[in-house]
Amino acid sequence: MKTILLLSAKELREGLRNRWVIAATGLLAALALTLVFLGSAPAGTVGAGALDVVVISLASLTIFVVPLIALLISHDAIVGEIERGTMTLLLSYPVRRRQVLLGKFLGHLGILAFATCVGYGLAALALAATDKGIGGESWTAFATMTASSVLLGAVFVAIGYLVSALARDRGTAAGIAIGIWLVFVVIYDMALLGILVADQGHHVSGGALNALLLFNPTDAYRILNLSGSNEIAAASGMAGSVQSVALAPLALIAALAAWVAGPMALAALAFSRREL
Amino acid sequence: MSFNIELDAVARHYGSVKAVDGVSFSADAGEVVALVGHNGAGKTTLIKLMLGLARPTSGSVSVLGQDPADGDVTVRRRLGYLPENVSFNPVLTGRETLRFYVQLKGRRPKEADALLERIGLAHAADRRIGTYSKGMRQRLGLAQAMIGKPAVLLLDEPTTGLDPELRQQFYGIVREMQAAGTTVLLSSHALNELEGNAGRVVILDEGRKIADGSLDELRRIARLPTRIRLTSGEGGARRLREWMGEPKGLRQINGHIVEIDATPEYKAAFLRRAAGEGAPFEDLDMVPPGLDELYAHFLAGRASQ
Repeated sequence: MKTILLLSAKELREGLRNRWVIAATGLLAALALTLVFLGSAPAGTVGAGALDVVVISLASLTIFVVPLIALLISHDAIVGEIERGTMTLLLSYPVRRRQVLLGKFLGHLGILAFATCVGYGLAALALAATDKGIGGESWTAFATMTASSVLLGAVFVAIGYLVSALARDRGTAAGIAIGIWLVFVVIYDMALLGILVADQGHHVSGGALNALLLFNPTDAYRILNLSGSNEIAAASGMAGSVQSVALAPLALIAALAAWVAGPMALAALAFSRREL
Repeated sequence: MSFNIELDAVARHYGSVKAVDGVSFSADAGEVVALVGHNGAGKTTLIKLMLGLARPTSGSVSVLGQDPADGDVTVRRRLGYLPENVSFNPVLTGRETLRFYVQLKGRRPKEADALLERIGLAHAADRRIGTYSKGMRQRLGLAQAMIGKPAVLLLDEPTTGLDPELRQQFYGIVREMQAAGTTVLLSSHALNELEGNAGRVVILDEGRKIADGSLDELRRIARLPTRIRLTSGEGGARRLREWMGEPKGLRQINGHIVEIDATPEYKAAFLRRAAGEGAPFEDLDMVPPGLDELYAHFLAGRASQ
């Protein structure tokens, strides 16, 4: 355990020096603050709370940005160290490869968690300062959104490690990482939509759709946050889908957790078999 | 009694490439063994096998009594390794980096400061490694290999990129470690610097061991001639040749220098004659065959087989 903490502390320190932490925090904070100041305009007097609007728009944004940051940090983690020659040295120490992977994971997760909590937290503070009438339910939704954003980041960190453990060189790892981002964030949903439209509800049942949505971590995240509370579901236009998509929040969180554990286990396997 | 390092008929093939092909040798405590061979001869693969980073296709490797591929923690703590072209994260300082490695070996962080002092990096300890010269990085690499007074030191091309002064310092440290009972195994292709620094030399070629022994032993086996040069006063070369009885192979370099490549059995006779009363020379130089010649000899021997 001490070894894992040492490794993650080193990863954190490098993240600070590389300005990864500053860059990610700054980016997320800038986006979140922009949404806060723009966000109150479309809400108008519809009745949706200001924070609810922010949760909806931030969640949609998170789906694009957080996986990208996570993949950027993680795709290089193994293959990059192997290429630079630092991995051989590290593995000559009393360290197991599993520990290397877990240590890096904790470090990278720490960077992401810090960036998300501080970035989104600043936005929430700005909103709370200008609007006193935010209800408790809205705050819960915001907290859920922030926490699940970190979880979504963890998913893509794990996927990034898997890519990094398998890729021959850094360039390949970067290419595959971008491909994965495109698939999960853009292509998957468009394809799914296309299938549903073409199918006209004949073959794809509600259960199959649920399964297909759980098969993409960004969809699990989206449903978790956009249909989490009735207020938000109504405001995000997801009220209709909430009835047909019967996925409990716990099932969605479990799906996200499985999306962390699965790629991590595969990455550990691939890394343990890799010769340096 | 088992050796610190023991290799028994170790082979490691990558596809059809035989990176290491049936190598056996052992090294005891307090021994300095040099692995010599040109690039691609299998030195780095051998070291990776000893680290457990690669697994042998056949044969067995044992380091400190264990199979290194098991990754036994107690063995790893007593092992120091300096990779070829060692690299560190350039954004961290030397002290931060060394402390990390010290703690990874389960030692107290203070040891890092002592090591930085010892290898002469204390003044730059709090600067980022990105600002270090190649020699400084190499010294930091050596410092991390010395953590915890290892019983086995594996050094892959440790002196490439070091200037002569640092090289001397480096071999000074190696001698200290050797005196403390450490087994030092270093790979090199700069052969001449091994003279007086490596007790034993293992010559590798295309993954095979082609010679193994102390430099003197190898010289005896190779039966390479010693170059003897006699210098006299101006215009004395002719007198020298006559004095020596015009032996075969005696070359006149210029007006006052003659030279001969003396085989081991002829060397003594030549010297006795040269040292006779009234011999007309002022200076005598003997150049024993260097490692370069030895290496070339063993390689040629293998090629003709």
